[in-house]
Amino acid sequence: MTTTSLPTAGGTPAPAPTPPAASARLDDAPRRRRSSPRAILLNVALLAGLAASLGPLVWMVVSSVKPEGEIRQFPPTLIPDQVTWTNYTELFASLNFPRYFLNSVVVALVVTVGSVLFSAMVGYALAKLDFPGRRALFALVMGTLMVPGMVTFVPLFVLVANLDLINTYAALVLPFLAAPFGVFLMRQFMLDVPDELLDAARVDGAGEFRTFFRIVLPQTRPALATLGILTFLGSWNNFLWPLVAVQSADKYTLPVALALYSTGQNTVQYGLLVAGATVIVLPILIVFLALQRHIVQGISTTGLK
Amino acid sequence: MAVTARQRRTGLAAWGFALPFTVLFAVFMLLPVASSLYMAFTDMHGADLRTPLAVNFVGLDNFVEVLADPKFQQAAGNTLYFVGVAMPLTLAVALLLAVLLNSGLVWFRSVFRVGFYAPVVTSIVAVAVVWRFLLQPDFGLVNSALGLVGIDGPRWLTDEVWAMPSLIVMATWRNVGYSMVILLAGLQGIPRDLYEASAIDGAGAVRQFRSITVPLLRPTLLFCAVITGIGYLQFFEEPFVMTQGGPLGATNSVAYEIFNQFGFGNYGLSAAMSYMLFVAIVILSYLQFRLLRPKS
Repeated sequence: MTTTSLPTAGGTPAPAPTPPAASARLDDAPRRRRSSPRAILLNVALLAGLAASLGPLVWMVVSSVKPEGEIRQFPPTLIPDQVTWTNYTELFASLNFPRYFLNSVVVALVVTVGSVLFSAMVGYALAKLDFPGRRALFALVMGTLMVPGMVTFVPLFVLVANLDLINTYAALVLPFLAAPFGVFLMRQFMLDVPDELLDAARVDGAGEFRTFFRIVLPQTRPALATLGILTFLGSWNNFLWPLVAVQSADKYTLPVALALYSTGQNTVQYGLLVAGATVIVLPILIVFLALQRHIVQGISTTGLK
Repeated sequence: MAVTARQRRTGLAAWGFALPFTVLFAVFMLLPVASSLYMAFTDMHGADLRTPLAVNFVGLDNFVEVLADPKFQQAAGNTLYFVGVAMPLTLAVALLLAVLLNSGLVWFRSVFRVGFYAPVVTSIVAVAVVWRFLLQPDFGLVNSALGLVGIDGPRWLTDEVWAMPSLIVMATWRNVGYSMVILLAGLQGIPRDLYEASAIDGAGAVRQFRSITVPLLRPTLLFCAVITGIGYLQFFEEPFVMTQGGPLGATNSVAYEIFNQFGFGNYGLSAAMSYMLFVAIVILSYLQFRLLRPKS
């Protein structure tokens, strides 16, 4: 496999690699081709696909501001007759959603900062430093890259129970601070950091830790950002482990609270459910739209590695 | 060979960097992986939670019991059904979208790319709740739309025949964007000259797709197939939220069964099932490597 490097444009996302190639390719007859019947057909088909892709999310948001009576109306109203916030006020005033939201935010932030930092540190050691046990450590990381959470959650539960950590934030955070995928990713990017840069820092008398924080981390900022976003998403959406590891409601994360609420009611209140789903999905969608170039490009790069 | 002072210093510093990860990795990953194998061969139950070492070895009993259990057999069949349909469907739709978006005739490529990718960042639990609402038989959007054209839609999630296809469509909807983005990046790595040269030789679009696009995209397709397959083999949230495995076990998955047996306190059984699922994941990945690797 070849190693492609992310554009090293610091925090600002570099332009997508497509536009230059696309415009060069279209130089022959751009206007005519883009308005040809074939092009119109193609774009209409893609627009229909886009409606199918975004439709359920739009419907979620629209329905969340309808009163329950209007939600159960047939045929449904595409634009709410009556916009109401009662679903949200009930979620936040009587169903303890502020707590779940806070739990999700805190857990995701701690997991993200911790696991990205630890991954970068060990990735740097694996890529650039020679030490006894390096090969064995890397082999173990690679060997567990494909082990899914579904395989380890039962023994993990037994372990965490014996450490008396069930129902604690530590149980939600600690198992995710060691992320084999993050280590793999960071090692790949650390390999691209020029050795001359590190040697120069050492000649100037910088210690290993100073070199790491002053030279290496800034050099790999795009990779850190990509890994950080992916880790945050993974933690925010994580379901199985939080469902198993906490049993008292005050430690629930948002997906656990919503899933248990949605399966625990005798009469389903769809207004509350879609409002709860919106609370989980909408902040992430907004962050995604703001950082989409970074995310989409990061995904394509990790895929091609 | 003597180790110089400098090498020793570097080694110490390196372990300093590696230590936080390595300790957590050993405790929360290596230990559970190893004890998962141990537990699969014991009769461990919920009552043994505090004394996990004081349990009996039962050899292959758990595996025999699991394989003979009709509920597990049904769950395994459902999982194969889900993966066997949803994975090819996801890859086919993703490839189609990627090729269309790469064609140069698209008006707002980045809008489409973001729009198709958006479902990927959503929580499965949240969108499963939304899809349950969409598929609600009496006032849900899907049956309302079908009603407009005179079709009386089925009771999707409580119908034994339609429940699984409903989950498959939802999973495809959510995951297509991931493979699409990766395939699009792969397509952009194929040199334009190849298409131009083959066009001069008289190759049409279909011929180009089969002789240039697919062979050169093979490694990327393989990557997408493996990642998608691994995810789909573990499908759990969808039936948990939308059907609770029903109706009559029609959407019960191996992962859901593992979770249920764990809930009943049958830790040994559920560890055995976990290992079987893991073996299935390894086999699927291997098969896909064989199937999609470059032909020599």
